[in-house]
Amino acid sequence: MIRPGAKTLLEVHGLRARVGGVEILKGMELKVAAGEIHAVMGPNGSGKSTFAKALAGHPAYEITGGTAFFDGKNIFEMAPEQRAATGLFLGFQYPVEIPGVSNSAFLRLAYNTVQSQRGRDELDPLEFDDYVREKMKLLDMDASFLDRSVNEGFSGGEKKRNEILQMALLEPRLAILDETDSGLDIDALRVVANGINRLSTADNALVLVTHYQRMLNYIVPDYVHVMEGGRIIRTGGKALAEELEARGYEWVRAA
Amino acid sequence: MSSVLDNLVNQPYKHGFVTDIESDTAPRGLSEDTIRYISAKKSEPEWLLEFRLKAYRHWLTMTEPAWPNVKYPKIDFQDISYYSAPKPKKLASMDEVDPELLRTFEKLGVPMNERAKLAGVAVDVIFDSVSVATTYKQRLAEAGVIFCSISEAVREHPDLVRKYMGSVVPPADNYYAALNSAVFTDGSFCFIPKGVRCPMELSTYFRINTESSGQFERTLIVAEEGSHVSYLEGCTAPKFDTNQLHAAVVELVALDHAEIKYSTVQNWYAGDEEGRGGIYNFVTKRGLCQGVNSKISWTQVETGSAITWKYPSCVLVGDNSIGEFYSVALTNHHQQADTGTKMVHVGRNTRSRIVSKGISAGQSNNSYRGLVKIGPRAEGARNYSQCDSMLIGAKSGANTFPYIQVQNDSATVEHEASTSKIGEDQLFYFAQRGIGAEAAVSMIINGFCRDVFQQLPMEFAVEATKLLGLKLEGSVG
Repeated sequence: MIRPGAKTLLEVHGLRARVGGVEILKGMELKVAAGEIHAVMGPNGSGKSTFAKALAGHPAYEITGGTAFFDGKNIFEMAPEQRAATGLFLGFQYPVEIPGVSNSAFLRLAYNTVQSQRGRDELDPLEFDDYVREKMKLLDMDASFLDRSVNEGFSGGEKKRNEILQMALLEPRLAILDETDSGLDIDALRVVANGINRLSTADNALVLVTHYQRMLNYIVPDYVHVMEGGRIIRTGGKALAEELEARGYEWVRAA
Repeated sequence: MSSVLDNLVNQPYKHGFVTDIESDTAPRGLSEDTIRYISAKKSEPEWLLEFRLKAYRHWLTMTEPAWPNVKYPKIDFQDISYYSAPKPKKLASMDEVDPELLRTFEKLGVPMNERAKLAGVAVDVIFDSVSVATTYKQRLAEAGVIFCSISEAVREHPDLVRKYMGSVVPPADNYYAALNSAVFTDGSFCFIPKGVRCPMELSTYFRINTESSGQFERTLIVAEEGSHVSYLEGCTAPKFDTNQLHAAVVELVALDHAEIKYSTVQNWYAGDEEGRGGIYNFVTKRGLCQGVNSKISWTQVETGSAITWKYPSCVLVGDNSIGEFYSVALTNHHQQADTGTKMVHVGRNTRSRIVSKGISAGQSNNSYRGLVKIGPRAEGARNYSQCDSMLIGAKSGANTFPYIQVQNDSATVEHEASTSKIGEDQLFYFAQRGIGAEAAVSMIINGFCRDVFQQLPMEFAVEATKLLGLKLEGSVG
């Protein structure tokens, strides 16, 4: 929801980044205020995922120019884990598997680490168990998720639910969700999208990185940006996504 | 690989200090005279001297094994001192132990005195080659358990020692076992009589102290019919630039319905970051399940030594006997480990289980080598093996060499193996959830080793977890 005077959470200006010596981001601009939902769309290779990972601080992505401020702070001066503690969340397109580490232990360590960074109380295993089960209801997740190893043997849909569960636990102020809709069937998409909607408040913001507009049927964006060649070439409202779906990315390029 | 990982795995060895205690050290060199010197120093009976000389003469005919997947300069056996003992003193109580020695144990965190009592652990402390203090002897004596140094056992229980020593690992078994049989200086002896459940976990801390004094321990554990014992061995050594040879022999004997659980946490000096110095750990450990329904279980956490060459094995002779091997081997920098087990099924319905976890960091090389042998009489024998490797960084290596020989067609043998890697993407995932690299690596490694740590006694499991952390965590930038 766009509200006049809402606090700016993220301000990216002239961002350039490269990976493996190849420049991918070439002057990215984006401003996100509290309460807003942005969709970043674009064809494969346009730089959407690079943008998401560069903001979160993946070590393989080298920042070569521009600035990014989160809540007024230069995020490029912060380690990835500090960015997370400050409230920047990345929902991974391909969540990694961690054999032998139970999901509940991982979630609790993440939760308690971030809580203590934010000067809040940590939860002991029993308290955390109650807390996480409550959050799991939001995503219609089975309790057996807690005992399984992190993402190991999870289906594509289960991995994505697990990502959103982490978002629910960590309560970020800005969540960047990278292709969260991929790998989800239509029922799972509805459940996950509903979960995300319920986590949306006037104080936080969402950036949905997606190739298709189908998730935008459930999560209605305030802004739709189209990326091409490492920067945003067009910005519009919800209608832009629908038009893209109907006419393809060629149409934006030609315009 | 990212610099974060490099920092993580580059923590210097924390136990690198030398205790300044006067020792009584034999001149370097090995000959029949050296052996007579050791035997005389220890006032040994004639039969033991003969045992040593026979082993020595056989050793002279043998050649160093070349098959392990490890590389090191040729060892000059004439450049080693084969005996080193703190100056002999009569010790009536712990108060009389050299305070310098006690401080050393404190630095190492050895639970003695009150700490031993609190932990409920009896510690037979081997300092260089002679036992200095044995605690909890009384309580064990009441249960009929004998737990003392091998030297003392030779004096007090010669018949038992003579009956069992060399019965599992014959003096001519292999090059290093022969060498050990010739020159062993001390070690532990443990005897659990029929039907007794040992009232506490038995623990020995080994420590190599004098530079270039090769250590040749000998451990013998005998569990009589229906008895049960859990034995813990923990090791650490100070930092030196010249390599130290360690060639121990451990023999376990389990009679009918007896059970021996042998756990090791090993953290010997591994050499510096360039691979200089460090302990050569060439050990022969073997358990004989002689009786029906007997069980021997090896659990090891190997984190130290420049070179580890070690295959704790089980010979399953008794029908329905069980052998187990649970291992975590961690190598870093230039460490080399070639470790695994042998499960030799002789009796009917014998079962064995192997769970091996190898972790390689830096430029180290970690090999699992295992033999599962099912003999012709081993009707219905079963083995399950699982060998997992984890690589940290791009320069480390892992190998698995499983050997399986089956001579009975009713046997079942299963083998599973996997290789995984801690990489940038895993660490980034943790970081994005607020978790720093140290905590992340610790969690990943502990998850990887979970199946093995579960087998360790509680206090040892905690120690092992810390040890792996210490080995892999450090100054994260």
